[in-house]
Amino acid sequence: MEEYLQTKGRIFDIQRFSVHDGPGIRTIVFLKGCYLRCKWCCNPEGQEFGIQEMTINGKTKTVGRDITVEEVMDIIERDRIYYRRSQGGLTLSGGECLGQFEFARDLLRAAKANGLSTAIESTGFAPYEKIEQLIPYLDTYLMDIKHMNSQKHKEFTGQSNELILENARKISRDFKKLIVRTPVIPTFNATVDEIREIAKYAKSIGVNEMHILPYHRLGKDKYYGLGRTYSIEDIEPPSKELMNQLLEVVKQEGLKGQIGG
Amino acid sequence: MKKFYTEKIKKSERINRLVENLYRKLPEVEAARAVLLTQSYMETENEPVVTRRAKAFAHILENIPIIIRDEELIVGSSTIAPRGCQTYPEFSFEWLNAELDTLETRVADPFHISEETKKALLEVNKYWKGKTTSDLATSYMDPKAYQAFQHNIFTPGNYFYNGVGHVTVDYPKVINFGYKKILDETRAALLKLDMSDAEYAEKKAFLEGIIISLNAVIGYAHRYSELAKKMAYECNDEQRKQELLLIAKITAKVPENPAETFQEALQSFWFVQQLLQLESSGHSISPGRFDQYMYPFFARDIERGTLTREYAQELIDCIWVKLNDLNKVRDCVSAEGFAGYSLFQNLIVGGQDIHGLDATNDLSFMCITATEHVFLPQPSFSIRVWNGSPHSLLIRAAELTRTGIGFPAYYNDEVIVPQLISRGLTPEEARDYNIIGCVEPQTPHRTEGWHDAAFFNMCRPVELVFSNGVDKGVQIGPTTGDVREFDTFEKFLKAYEEQMNFFIKCLVNSINAIDYAHKERCPLPFESCMVDDCIGRGKPLQAGGAVHNFTGPQGFGIANMTDALWAIKTLVYDEHKYSIGFYKEAIDNNYGEDMDVHQAEKLTKKILVDLAKEGQAITEQLATTTYNLVAKNKCSPEKKAEYQKLKADIEALPKYGNDVEEIDSFAREVTYMYTKKLDQYKNPRGGIYQAGLYPVSANVLLGGQTGATPDARLAYTPIADGVGPAAGRDTNGPTACCNSVSHIDHFIASNGTLFNMKFHPTALAGVAGLENFVALVRGYFDKKGSHMQFNVVSRETLRDAQAHPEKYKGLVVRVAGYSALFTSLSRALQNDIISRTEQGEF
Repeated sequence: MEEYLQTKGRIFDIQRFSVHDGPGIRTIVFLKGCYLRCKWCCNPEGQEFGIQEMTINGKTKTVGRDITVEEVMDIIERDRIYYRRSQGGLTLSGGECLGQFEFARDLLRAAKANGLSTAIESTGFAPYEKIEQLIPYLDTYLMDIKHMNSQKHKEFTGQSNELILENARKISRDFKKLIVRTPVIPTFNATVDEIREIAKYAKSIGVNEMHILPYHRLGKDKYYGLGRTYSIEDIEPPSKELMNQLLEVVKQEGLKGQIGG
Repeated sequence: MKKFYTEKIKKSERINRLVENLYRKLPEVEAARAVLLTQSYMETENEPVVTRRAKAFAHILENIPIIIRDEELIVGSSTIAPRGCQTYPEFSFEWLNAELDTLETRVADPFHISEETKKALLEVNKYWKGKTTSDLATSYMDPKAYQAFQHNIFTPGNYFYNGVGHVTVDYPKVINFGYKKILDETRAALLKLDMSDAEYAEKKAFLEGIIISLNAVIGYAHRYSELAKKMAYECNDEQRKQELLLIAKITAKVPENPAETFQEALQSFWFVQQLLQLESSGHSISPGRFDQYMYPFFARDIERGTLTREYAQELIDCIWVKLNDLNKVRDCVSAEGFAGYSLFQNLIVGGQDIHGLDATNDLSFMCITATEHVFLPQPSFSIRVWNGSPHSLLIRAAELTRTGIGFPAYYNDEVIVPQLISRGLTPEEARDYNIIGCVEPQTPHRTEGWHDAAFFNMCRPVELVFSNGVDKGVQIGPTTGDVREFDTFEKFLKAYEEQMNFFIKCLVNSINAIDYAHKERCPLPFESCMVDDCIGRGKPLQAGGAVHNFTGPQGFGIANMTDALWAIKTLVYDEHKYSIGFYKEAIDNNYGEDMDVHQAEKLTKKILVDLAKEGQAITEQLATTTYNLVAKNKCSPEKKAEYQKLKADIEALPKYGNDVEEIDSFAREVTYMYTKKLDQYKNPRGGIYQAGLYPVSANVLLGGQTGATPDARLAYTPIADGVGPAAGRDTNGPTACCNSVSHIDHFIASNGTLFNMKFHPTALAGVAGLENFVALVRGYFDKKGSHMQFNVVSRETLRDAQAHPEKYKGLVVRVAGYSALFTSLSRALQNDIISRTEQGEF
């Protein structure tokens, strides 16, 4: 038995038939814990590393469980036939999967050892030495770049953006398949100028593809379910027109663009 | 690599107007056919039955009023009123007499009927008393089988009350060679007939019946030719005049003679399709591989430059409209079971040719476009998928699925072809299969499949295990012993099997009785002359004239029975949490749940009959007390809590549909109790029984006749649909659900399996959505599932999900990085989703 298959990690969900987070039909493993606190985050139960209770529609459930790589792989394996038909596979999301770096690395390694396509959805907020160790097992890196202005970035996510931008540059240098993903959040970055800046940066570091994801408030119930408040209560999702306009901006900067994942 | 013309051709304005005209009014019942039929029958009392059928058919075709509707390019209508219907008293009529006054006001499939029509029908129906197929079938049934039928263990009502239909005839033969050729063949067979042949009399009458029928069909087409000519002379619009003159020319030529153009081929096809349904009232008369037999005409005209793609599309669209012009009035109960005026005329494109190569052509794509253009319930549009199906065809099909129309249904050649070979077809016949009605595969124009022979409710026998074979006070099943004395699961399961086996026998007995009745009272010479080898054998389909003969009754309730038996096994026998006696008590009390009036009445009746059987006198007071007890469910709060605890424990168990290996394997075994058993029986036409696994929409209707089941399903609520999980019990997403369903043995269920899936449009958004959708279908088919169809939910469905969350527990809304069960969202967020769904914003 390979030792790395026994590595344990903490997850809060495994979602099969995911079709918006990486190519094809995928199974997403959501790892618990994140360094950022994005105000719009639709998975707030993934932010804390600790196991929590969340109440939705009067029902309380425990969020978070510990699991080995091998146990996760048993579930991943069940949809192999659909990955094969769609060029899909495993995606790690969260939370921030780099927060549980060894577990993430070993999951990706196990998937690769079994011939599956791999992706991570990550904000890149970790020392590059860690990210570097994931790359051999990775086919697609979906990286969030949310804003070019560090001040504003910090205000809305709790962290400044220097490390993220620097890592993006390095990942793009060392690894071909980096896709930039930008959530479009009114009052934060939903303007032509702000999106253009991100697109320009992406282009400048050699990225070819950028996805813009319209803000939605479907995670709102979960904040209250966790006993928190939803701080951006008044924000409306961006209009279809605006999203199309922003998509044009992305394309003007020479990137392959799309709305949604 | 074959290349296809995949561009979507624009819809012509004519199609919009044809559809509008068709749906302007409530459909109407007309009396002409019944009156003409009866007139003819009264004059042929002493003749052979097949001769009487042929003469009656001819009399109808010579005299029934005909009409060419505004702007039609393809003509032939069985009624003057658009979407109207004729009646067929030779099969049954009592229900119609009883329902004449409520037809217009009923909820499911209402029909307008004039006072004059009512009077005419009541008058002619008198003649049919004691003369119908259903009368004869009843007298042929064993009393025990008839009793089981009356107690709704199964319902063979479809063919008991109506004609059979469910056939695909030799359209290409008629189109390519004309009825002239079939007449020649029939005459030759007559000449060859030896007067010393033991079956001479029967064969002669049958062959002569074909000649009478075909001459009448040719005459009927000529009536349209005359009418078109007359209308052309009276027409002031030059374009329409030319159209009418062309119609006159074409209907003078086909279906008597070979068609030479695409339009002639379509017109010839249409007369066949329409008149089959005028000869008998059977539904599911299925055009089959339309893209295959029409293609040579299309290709030739395009090559000659005499046909544009636009006009070809318009003509195909016209056929699609005409398929919705045919209609059928059913009794009010069946109308609920088959709601939507559906005739299940299944038309299928794509798949392999007889040599095993891909058969897709440009018409396959145009048929998808026609379905999109016309956007009506007919034809029941299907697509064949195999490992070599062109990706472009599947993507185009996925686009159609995304519209939410519920078409196409996807069929898997990789399962169905070997399945049919295992039933004795040659590889060529098997590769040429098409689908009849809902999901039933067969090889065209060589099969009399009796595909929809009955619905068998697999939940009812378990009720009879609990009651030791007694239903509503009557011993209808075997006495399998007092359930409270079963101390092992094996004993319980054995009792279930015994009940199943007995009722499967009853099922076979009653279907065969109906089969005999059709043979004796309603042989169909017109339909038979287009199926091999009726002419050669000198026998109609009803007497075994077809090369392949099957009977296919459908079992349903697999998900409920799997979950039910699993729950009993786990909670009673493995974990000893509850006694089987307590389980029975909980079921009898509907798990302590309150009942609505309708349910309460049913249960009251059941209890009273039981009491009466035990010798108790039934007084009005007792009835009232019982009703009050039932309606308000006055079991003590303590009892109620105990029942509810059992229910909660059942609900907490893993369920079929979630990719749990041991339960899915168990489902396979449960299914075998129906499919394998049925395999051993034979029908009177010399063929075998083969099981189907699907309920159409009867799962709701027949669930309404089924008490609470051990899977915590409440009394009189719907039973699971098809081979899928029970509503709301699959919570691990579509791939998990597909994996579970593919665990059932689809090969043995050669009369078809039906797997319905619900999707929120988020899953199909964009090009990637279509690609992933196709991959899901391919993946399920790799795992040897045989059929899939999809419901892409609409705003209305989501509103229903708000009102009835229990039915939609598995419905997932997917957005990047996020997915949630729709029912777990707050009302406000659900409304967000609903408005996004409306705008297609995902």
